[in-house]
Amino acid sequence: MSTPAEASAAPLLTTPLHRLHLELGAKMTPFAGYDMPVAYPQGILAEHRQCRDSAALFDVSHMGQLRLVGDDAARALETLVPVDVADLGVNKQRYAFFTNSNGGLLDDLMITRREHDLFVVVNAACKTQDIAHLNVHIGHRCTVVPMPERALLALQGPKAVHALARLDERVSRLVFMTGGDFTLAGAPCFVTRSGYSGEDGFEISVAAEHAEALARALLAQPEVGAAGLGARDTLRLEAGLCLYGHDINTTTTPVEAGLTWAIQKVRRPGGARAGHYPGSAVIEAQLTSGAPIKRVGLLGLERVPVREGAQIVDSHGRQLGHVTSGTLGPTVNQPIAMAYVAANHANHGSEVYAVVRNKRLPMRVSPMPFAPHRYFRG
Amino acid sequence: MTTKFTADHEWINIEDHEAATVGITLHAQDALGDVVFVDLPEVGKTFAKGEVSGVVESVKAAADLYMPVSGEVVEVNEELRADPSLANSDPLGRGWFFKVHVTNMAEFDDLMDAPAYDKLVQNS
Repeated sequence: MSTPAEASAAPLLTTPLHRLHLELGAKMTPFAGYDMPVAYPQGILAEHRQCRDSAALFDVSHMGQLRLVGDDAARALETLVPVDVADLGVNKQRYAFFTNSNGGLLDDLMITRREHDLFVVVNAACKTQDIAHLNVHIGHRCTVVPMPERALLALQGPKAVHALARLDERVSRLVFMTGGDFTLAGAPCFVTRSGYSGEDGFEISVAAEHAEALARALLAQPEVGAAGLGARDTLRLEAGLCLYGHDINTTTTPVEAGLTWAIQKVRRPGGARAGHYPGSAVIEAQLTSGAPIKRVGLLGLERVPVREGAQIVDSHGRQLGHVTSGTLGPTVNQPIAMAYVAANHANHGSEVYAVVRNKRLPMRVSPMPFAPHRYFRG
Repeated sequence: MTTKFTADHEWINIEDHEAATVGITLHAQDALGDVVFVDLPEVGKTFAKGEVSGVVESVKAAADLYMPVSGEVVEVNEELRADPSLANSDPLGRGWFFKVHVTNMAEFDDLMDAPAYDKLVQNS
């Protein structure tokens, strides 16, 4: 049996929970320059179920947290994202992406407006370039403050609220995509009701020195089990959520990626603050006329997992596109994948074939999420 | 000694050389994680030692299976096909993959015995 090659040996960064991961017996893997837990001894499937059935705790401290400070910060940020930031209410959170001049995506991010700043979370692998991008383009209009001194914990699952409310019952008043300040296990935290699993849940920003005690306090709750990046990936894929660098990248536009829901009317042609972000001409043209390729969900009709890189063909073997993420969905118990295919094959119900080890496997273009979202909207 | 091991983390038990049993090791299933799919060879097909004879896939990754010795596949584990998690729960028992008719005993003799394999795993 062959095992995947280990990535080589640049010294890895660690998160404030590294010692806890090792104590819990995690299998560690290099990810975005960090030594991260891919799974704990219970394994990816059990951790996935833990999150779908109860609550799972993820260390996502490798992600970039930063603040944009200054009266002009929201309007300045709008010059880099096709998203309505200026009208975002205090303690409201929104999904966004940095675009490039071709309409491609430099990174995707979460923005929360707080009373005195914008709190931004970006992908680990992109954080250095994102901070540079912000400084170069809007550093003269607001102050970009990276927050490497903070850890980020994600508590996800239908029982996450029960566990977290035991530390501060006020968290249960948050609804999906809102945030606020709370004291958890003695530590001041900024908590948003959001996540990357498709379940109800929270992301908790906490000072590094309090992170381990908070994680232990959460793991001590009967609903909560630790989960690694492996389960995080299967959960987000079932939830139909994009993974930057795989399902979206500098060559995919928001229209191709099916992310137009994140572009509010006010930023679209005819809107009060339309355009004026990188690549707006390309994106606006696609908003009007459509894109040549589309990101779709694919459900495997056989048991064989279909993975990133697999070619997608029609019944005559003509190439239609390629898979950007894929696995066996633990909850749906079928192979699931995301792929980019020619727009004329992107309709739900279309049957296409994935080429795996020179065999054609039938797959059906399917609506996403594959597992229903269960966010708490109040 | 009827069970030997390969550097590719497979075992072969030659108690019956006309139907020697092949599977993956405890270490292999641990490295892979939860096995969710196996692609088993066709019964009746003959492979040379080292040829790819199947695939084992976990949630995370796919890995090739290699023939530990040359020979014809005489049986595959249909129970494993139906429940791939047997490769995790009982890799040396009910989670076997296929049986092979061994014709060249020298190839078997060249494989590692248990202590040699354990040493390989410890040093990996």
